Amino acid sequence: MAEITYREALKRALREEMQRDPTVVIWGEDVVAYAGGGAYGVTSGLAKEFPGRVRDTPIAEEAIIGVGIGAAMGGLRPVCEIMTVNFTLVAWDQIVNHAAKQSHMFNGQIKVPMVIRTPNGHGRTAATHSQNFDAWFAHIPGLKVVAPATPYDAKGLLKTSIRDDDPVVFLEHLQLYGTRGEVPDEEYLIPIGVSDYKRRGKDLTIVTWGRMTMESLKAARILAEEGVDVEIVDLRTLRPLDLSLAFESVHKTNRAIVVEEGWRTAGLGAEIAASLQEQAFNDLDAPIARVAGLEVPMPYAKNLERATLPFAEDVVAAVRAMMQKQY
Amino acid sequence: MATQITMPQMGFDMTEGTIAAWLKKEGDVVNKGEPIAEIETDKTTIQVESFSSGVLRKIIAQVGQKVPVGEVIGIIADPDEQVEAPQPSASAVSPAQPSVPKVNGAAQPAAPAPAAAQPPAPPVVNEGRIIATPVARRLAEERGIDLRYVKGTGPEGRITKADVEAFVPPARLAPEPEPIGKPVGSPILKEPEPTPRPAPAVEPALQPAVVPAVAPATKQPLTRMRQTIATRMVASKQQVPHFYITVSVEMDAALALRAQINESLKPEGIKISVNDMVIRAVALALRRFPNMNASFTPEGLEQHDHVHVGSAVTVEGGLVTVTVRDTDTKTLKQISQEMTALVERARNNKMQPGDIGGQTFTISNLGMYDVENFIAIVNQPDAGILAVATATPTPVVRNGEVVVRTIMRMTLSGDHRVTDGAEGAQFINEVKRLLENPWSLVL
Repeated sequence: MAEITYREALKRALREEMQRDPTVVIWGEDVVAYAGGGAYGVTSGLAKEFPGRVRDTPIAEEAIIGVGIGAAMGGLRPVCEIMTVNFTLVAWDQIVNHAAKQSHMFNGQIKVPMVIRTPNGHGRTAATHSQNFDAWFAHIPGLKVVAPATPYDAKGLLKTSIRDDDPVVFLEHLQLYGTRGEVPDEEYLIPIGVSDYKRRGKDLTIVTWGRMTMESLKAARILAEEGVDVEIVDLRTLRPLDLSLAFESVHKTNRAIVVEEGWRTAGLGAEIAASLQEQAFNDLDAPIARVAGLEVPMPYAKNLERATLPFAEDVVAAVRAMMQKQY
Repeated sequence: MATQITMPQMGFDMTEGTIAAWLKKEGDVVNKGEPIAEIETDKTTIQVESFSSGVLRKIIAQVGQKVPVGEVIGIIADPDEQVEAPQPSASAVSPAQPSVPKVNGAAQPAAPAPAAAQPPAPPVVNEGRIIATPVARRLAEERGIDLRYVKGTGPEGRITKADVEAFVPPARLAPEPEPIGKPVGSPILKEPEPTPRPAPAVEPALQPAVVPAVAPATKQPLTRMRQTIATRMVASKQQVPHFYITVSVEMDAALALRAQINESLKPEGIKISVNDMVIRAVALALRRFPNMNASFTPEGLEQHDHVHVGSAVTVEGGLVTVTVRDTDTKTLKQISQEMTALVERARNNKMQPGDIGGQTFTISNLGMYDVENFIAIVNQPDAGILAVATATPTPVVRNGEVVVRTIMRMTLSGDHRVTDGAEGAQFINEVKRLLENPWSLVL
């Protein structure tokens, strides 16, 4: 099995689906022109392979999404790329009040089979361009929200998202595009709404997703040397939220830490922790802990940016504290 | 300082106990750890040991009196110390009024000694609200451990799962997990013979019309053990959908090996029984069939981490289940020694906490009573019970020839909510295979 990047995995998913289904189209800012295809290179080359089906748009996110919704209602399967998650803010009305609602308001007679691809995250891009809106999208009924951590999951989930009849917000991550992982050559799909063990262990359960899955795996390697064997549940999908593995795992380990990159208050970690205590209360041997980003607008300075975000060492510290009963 | 002796809680479901006997009189000197009274609970009789040295100054609860858990039954103090006895609670049913010293005037009840200020017993480490994690509470309930006795090591003394797991009940004082050893199958032991009737079908005309031919039947009051057995067996038959699978085990090899082993163990005075071999075989089979080592709960099937094999033991007035803990990790010799000690204690009413209950599977062996086969009632919360009959020389067909082999029949009763016939059949055949290849029991 070949090791490819997260970026390449996404591109393969797009290519396969465009070959398979002529109604799949890609629209977005610079998806054709910039650096050969997309601000982060995901669509590079696709415009040549699929003439007319990959189009650059004006810098008008509300229009990109709005046109995408209309096209989806009319029979296409548009994949709209919003250059960064920060720019979805100006299209929030289209996403929340239109894409998410049509099918429900018209008794399922109308479907909006579109994918909104957009990267969360940071990378010396300062306050207005370094945000994580997982929890925002996960809050909205009518949307499906996917946040893959590995190239394998990214490819399988993007293909499924394109085939899904509901609008899917597909949250990539700036820091993951260059990461590598094994992806089989043959076709496969990963269902939406199914979480995955990324590491099996017996002492403590980490529930996480996206970039923090990879940081948690790094943390697990450090902790393993200290004799602590953590289990990592990667949610992969944020809406609908599949906590079945989290419950199963906590039943075994009796300890849980929710690890998220975004701000703590009203974050998705709070939702997960609440569900764990509701449904796995009798399995808990310690209060559920949360690792999250600091609640400040992102500083531009490199050292401050790093101090703001959670990394493997923060996960390690949280696990140690729990194992030493410091809570 | 005066120490109150309180009614101990021996198991989470014990709410009251009856004073069976006082082993000391008022005025007797008692030493710490010395037995001072016998308490009869629903399920057993236990001795209460003194937690301090001094003089038994007051006997508050008299013999025969039922006392709620935690109520004071007596007071130990220095010979010249002034003691105040608390008024027995209204809930205490008392055939003989305890002597209550009048302290503050005739009508005034004695001021109850504040229980919190004077811990009744050193082993009680938690007074009032107990801080424990949810899983620690769950585990304690499953194991019948009273959290008041468990020292917490978490923040602010919170009791964690590890604390419960590490808890060793101090002999006699601590609650006994599942005190009465969840008796199994009263019917299996006491399947009553059909009562001989005065043959009404024959010569009815000769029967007196009204006057009974024999003296009226007498009613034996139900002992507590009988009551408990009745309750548990009825509950099991009502709640557990039973299914049954019988196999015949050729025991010749096992018996030959047993003779060899016992010959070599003679100097040590240890004798392996057939039942010890069955216990070992069941424990090994349970490891391969984790779903048979499980319990049905409304929330889901609970597969147990440990294999604790219980064995029904006949005692006076009924039976109890004694448990060999972590059976799968023990050798035949260890199992034999443990069973000998457990049965001895069970029959002499000297059971210790941990001897009974907590099993994950139960064996009922009537081999000594010359029975061909029988069917047992599932001992909740186990997924199954194995009824073992007598090994008997039996003609069987082997390679087309009728030959004589020592055949022992075993019947599995399974909880159909947990497991199914196919799994039960594979499980019981694994037990059979192990017994027919008995070296696997010692390797």
